Amino acid sequence: MAFVSSGYNPEKPMENRISDIGPRHASDFFPPVIAKNKGQWLWHEICEPGILMHKAESGDEVYTVRCGGARLMSIGHVREICEIADKFCGGHLRFTTRNNIEFMVGTLAEAKKLKEFLNAQKFDGGSHKFPVGGTGAGITNIVHTQGWVHCHTPATDASGTVKVVLDELFEEFGQMRMPAQVRISMACCLNMCGAVHCSDIAILGYHRKPPVIDHEWLDNLCEIPLAVAACPVGAIRPTKKEIVTEAGETKTVNTVAIKNERCMFCGNCYTMCPSLPLSDQTGDGLVIMAGGKVSNRISNPKFSKVVVAFIPNEPPRWPTLAKTIRKIVEAYAGDARKYERVGDWAERIGWERFFEKCGLDFSEHMIDDFRDPAYYTWRQTTNFKF
Amino acid sequence: MAKHATPLLDQLQSGPWPSFVADIKEEAERRLKNANNVEYQIPVDVCDDLLGILELSYKDGTTHWKHGGIVGVFGYGGGVIGRYCDQPQMFPGVAHFHTIRVAQPAGMYYTTEFLKQLCDLWEMRGSGLTNMHGATGDIVLLGTTTPQLEEFYFELTHKMNNDLGGSGSNLRTPASCLGDSRCEWACYDTQELCYQMTQEYQDELHRPAFPYKFKFKFDGCPNGCVASIARSDMSFIGTWRDDIRIDQEAVAAYIGGEIQPNGGAHAGKDWGAFDIQKEVIDLCPTECMWLEDGKLKINNRECTRCMHCLNVMPRALRIGNDRGLSILVGAKAPILDGAQMGSLLVPFMKVEEPYDEIKEIIEGIWEWWMEEGKNRERLGELIKRQGLAKAIAAVGLTPVPQHVMEPRHNPYIFWKEEDVEGGWDRDIADYRKHHQR
Repeated sequence: MAFVSSGYNPEKPMENRISDIGPRHASDFFPPVIAKNKGQWLWHEICEPGILMHKAESGDEVYTVRCGGARLMSIGHVREICEIADKFCGGHLRFTTRNNIEFMVGTLAEAKKLKEFLNAQKFDGGSHKFPVGGTGAGITNIVHTQGWVHCHTPATDASGTVKVVLDELFEEFGQMRMPAQVRISMACCLNMCGAVHCSDIAILGYHRKPPVIDHEWLDNLCEIPLAVAACPVGAIRPTKKEIVTEAGETKTVNTVAIKNERCMFCGNCYTMCPSLPLSDQTGDGLVIMAGGKVSNRISNPKFSKVVVAFIPNEPPRWPTLAKTIRKIVEAYAGDARKYERVGDWAERIGWERFFEKCGLDFSEHMIDDFRDPAYYTWRQTTNFKF
Repeated sequence: MAKHATPLLDQLQSGPWPSFVADIKEEAERRLKNANNVEYQIPVDVCDDLLGILELSYKDGTTHWKHGGIVGVFGYGGGVIGRYCDQPQMFPGVAHFHTIRVAQPAGMYYTTEFLKQLCDLWEMRGSGLTNMHGATGDIVLLGTTTPQLEEFYFELTHKMNNDLGGSGSNLRTPASCLGDSRCEWACYDTQELCYQMTQEYQDELHRPAFPYKFKFKFDGCPNGCVASIARSDMSFIGTWRDDIRIDQEAVAAYIGGEIQPNGGAHAGKDWGAFDIQKEVIDLCPTECMWLEDGKLKINNRECTRCMHCLNVMPRALRIGNDRGLSILVGAKAPILDGAQMGSLLVPFMKVEEPYDEIKEIIEGIWEWWMEEGKNRERLGELIKRQGLAKAIAAVGLTPVPQHVMEPRHNPYIFWKEEDVEGGWDRDIADYRKHHQR
């Protein structure tokens, strides 16, 4: 392969340089009906799962067909999406914040035809390419992070865990039989690039072993004071240690010591210092959290709570994870009232009933002991249920 | 024939949900075939090697990606995340596999022309793999080598009139819901404000000068479709302060069963006939609604604009006309000090060009955080450490009851010397005149 220059001249980096122009303005991309009726929408309805209709003051209607995407998409796949948009939607489309793709058309008949077309597209392996759904009181696409595909701190894979959970809940994506919408989110470590801490159901990758210390290299690769300061629980201190190097030489190095019993496995030290890796085949796994939401509807936004403290990583199909989430979804679907989110349901019946109805075990790991907020989660009343 | 056997990953090709494995495999084949004679600037087998190293992770149960290292484009400190694998001999195609964050248009509408251009560029200068989109909202392009960064950036700016997004200790790429482009509940133009603030703060977006990351997100209403209240250091949530507009004819149509409640969101199960008393009036958290002679009445002064009644009856109830936004600050995920929800800083503000009032709040908060924040301390943690009152003072606002859910439980009030008559300096000799030792 020959190097092809874009026109950039490394000798003169400022020559013809364009910078700080930001993104394109959204109006460059609006479909005509959106551009015409922006700010003039009256109401909307869900015609059937995956098809929305928005009505404007002008009398215009736009029908949106929503289909799920895997977040990780090849350009071949994106080009296929473009072909569909060219054929059905005049070359326009949009993505949602939950990695769905939305195609907008002018009539319900066109939308239904498009839905049928999208549902018929399959990968060679047999999975759908563009399953239609993700609307209303159902389960929409699971937002997630990079996992083993591309990240340096994950405790699990993200694309794989999401694939298996959505395989398990596939029919819920295409229908609307839940009491309210169920938002499932996935983050592959505590950094929570996916911000799963306010989701109806959250899948969280988690480490359970303190960092292993690469004494020989630590002082070369890290600022020791930064590694020490990175620890939120004060478990790391500087020290000197006599080691035998990889080359067999005995020497004393500047390094750190870790009080393992203090560690809560956040991985912040590793982010500051690559000589403190903590991932591990048996140590790592998953936490399930439940009952969070971001909407202000009826009740205030709330955090997700830990309801399963540990599920082992079981690649490639994480059966325990998928099965456990199915149990929670079924218990909620069968017991909650119309409009009641998972967290509101759990609060109404009480968390002791939540564990019972979902068939989940409670353990000491679910009792918060991290700093002040823990106190507000303990029960300070005799109003409990047996 | 695939370059690496992937027996574990192959099990993710089955099942109905779209398979990322099938997609990567097809891209690997397309690259090998190279039907369009693309002059690939990174290894042709990059997708094969990505599958290979991912298979190894599935076998080992751990990641094989190393820490980033410093890579980027000239003059920027963000937008590119360096990535190297820890098995470069086995998987040379992904030995260098940097991510590029590309700034997305607000609301994520696209023309196919733009997307195809991006695909062409990424096919030649990258792996051909993307995230549409990353969690913060950017278009994420997965995997290229260092020599391609400037080349990609040059073409992105010159051919596509588009910029990189944010990474590192700077303003992250702001994101908004689709707002009034296709939603009747948007209380302000989220896309426009998102765009204008992104343009205004390009320097903060591209050149890290903050203690840690900082996120803006723009939600058009309290339903919160971009989750701003949970995941942005500064969250702009649309609201109104006058009356909900009621169409009584439509209310009657809901009661009569002619219109499906909640836009038809519950159509998948038989929940029985719509009952306005049970489903709307009794679920109103402030109990500010009632029926009178078949008409729906609202005591708007008591309404907290939770959106439930509007969501249930979108054809009968509409947001008020005196619209603006609330600003909340300090939301974040758990690292380091535990998860935090956004706390109310500005109860109401109009959204008017040139947005000077909003900019004053942003810059007041930044000034305080940059002065007082410790390395890697998110705004929410600083607010927790120093108190919400400091944040309110930093932006020059007066405390109001809306700032708290309830007043303080403890009387440990940090009075300032200037608050107390006569100050704090006293004379011990004077004290001893009346009090023996």
